[in-house]
Amino acid sequence: MRHLKILEYALSALWRRKYKNLAIVLVYCFTIAVLASILFLTHALKTEATYLLADAPELIVQRLFAGRHDLIPLDYADQIGKIPGVAEVHPRFWGYYYDSLTEANFTLLETSSGHSPLTMLQGDLPSAPGECAIGAGVAKVRKIDIGDDLILIDSSNTGVSLEVTGVFSSRSDLLTNDLVILGREDLIEFFGFSTDLATDLAVRVSNPREVNTIAAKIKRQWPNTRPISRSEIIRTYAAVFNWRSGMMLSVFAAALVAFCILAWDKATGISVEEKREIGILKAVGWETSNILELKFWEGMAISLTSLLLGLLAAYVHVFFLGATLLTPVIKGWSVLFPTFHLTPFIDLYQILVIGFLTVPPYVASTLIPSWKAAITDPETAMRG
Amino acid sequence: MIKHRVFIIFTLMEALTLGLLLLLGQAQVSARRVNELPPLRAVVSNLQLTDLSLWTEARYTRNPSQTDLFTPFQDFPSALEHFPAGSIIAPSRRP
Repeated sequence: MRHLKILEYALSALWRRKYKNLAIVLVYCFTIAVLASILFLTHALKTEATYLLADAPELIVQRLFAGRHDLIPLDYADQIGKIPGVAEVHPRFWGYYYDSLTEANFTLLETSSGHSPLTMLQGDLPSAPGECAIGAGVAKVRKIDIGDDLILIDSSNTGVSLEVTGVFSSRSDLLTNDLVILGREDLIEFFGFSTDLATDLAVRVSNPREVNTIAAKIKRQWPNTRPISRSEIIRTYAAVFNWRSGMMLSVFAAALVAFCILAWDKATGISVEEKREIGILKAVGWETSNILELKFWEGMAISLTSLLLGLLAAYVHVFFLGATLLTPVIKGWSVLFPTFHLTPFIDLYQILVIGFLTVPPYVASTLIPSWKAAITDPETAMRG
Repeated sequence: MIKHRVFIIFTLMEALTLGLLLLLGQAQVSARRVNELPPLRAVVSNLQLTDLSLWTEARYTRNPSQTDLFTPFQDFPSALEHFPAGSIIAPSRRP
């Protein structure tokens, strides 16, 4: 009961300076919302990438020339296929296309026949020359749909008209937003691939545990190649979406510094009015422990309210609004950028980290200067 | 003595809302794992995709798993990284 009465007094004290405290709550809440948004977004993207790319090719073999990626001879595929443990080698043909009309970059990819129907595709994959399937981003930026023509300029500066037979659903934007899928012969002719070269090779391994061994064998036998395993692909995205790197770290650090300034401002001293208030409370019989409890409740009321509101705002921002405020930070110069339909993968550890990073420091920064005033002689405190 | 009751009820409502959102999120994760993620994985498997279609401004930002450390700086000697997405993408950790 005594604690509830001290809580009541603490809330009354906060209410006496309601505009100032409301401003503190808003800034505090905004800071936590920014911190939490970054953590939620990066964790959701990382988890989604890990899950989606679990079916990426087991091993990709590239050829390097003078340290740069070069096309790979097709007879490498025959020889790699003879390595024990290799089940299949599939040459991949793909490349980038700059569309001057929309100033966007597309990724052109070949597909061979015999695939099972894709639920995420409205229409069909190309099955005959002169057909293509496109991502939702390509369809939107070019304002075309199934049955329309997509006109691109090939490597000999000739216009190529492709009939759109399929458009990927916007739910698959994260994977297909900028894709243009052509038949293999169309793609080879479009880029002018030499008959004996491919972009890279996708290797399927019989025993997944032997991937690294086979990669080492390929590297040893063909030193000018670079094998990339599926685990490296997934590890890349774990690093990309790590909140401890890149621009995310900059935004995160800026928000954290803002919070530290707020806490420091509280910790460096209390106002004369507050000191007088503490002096009066001591004079009427309050114990030092009661005053510290009062200040504890004041700090806890503000920080707990701000923490919960900030987390709610971050959740709604990332998983209901698609992180619209962070999208301009992430988008960069990309003309085509997917709309996020993120799955709410939440790491409770991160929520606890935010809580421990924000609540105890603020409460401590409220208690410490108050403790100094609480142990001061009441008359001295009242005189200011 | 009404303020502390309002505060406690308000805090409990916030915590309850957050808890419900987290539970809803878990349900969405389970539903998505069953309904949406398998078709997306089928797209990855059929088309042999290796990267997400996020940053299309440069080839090394479009396919960060396929690029090497050299590519962002290959334009000329002492070239600096100049694409904004390059600031976001950390180098992959080598085994």
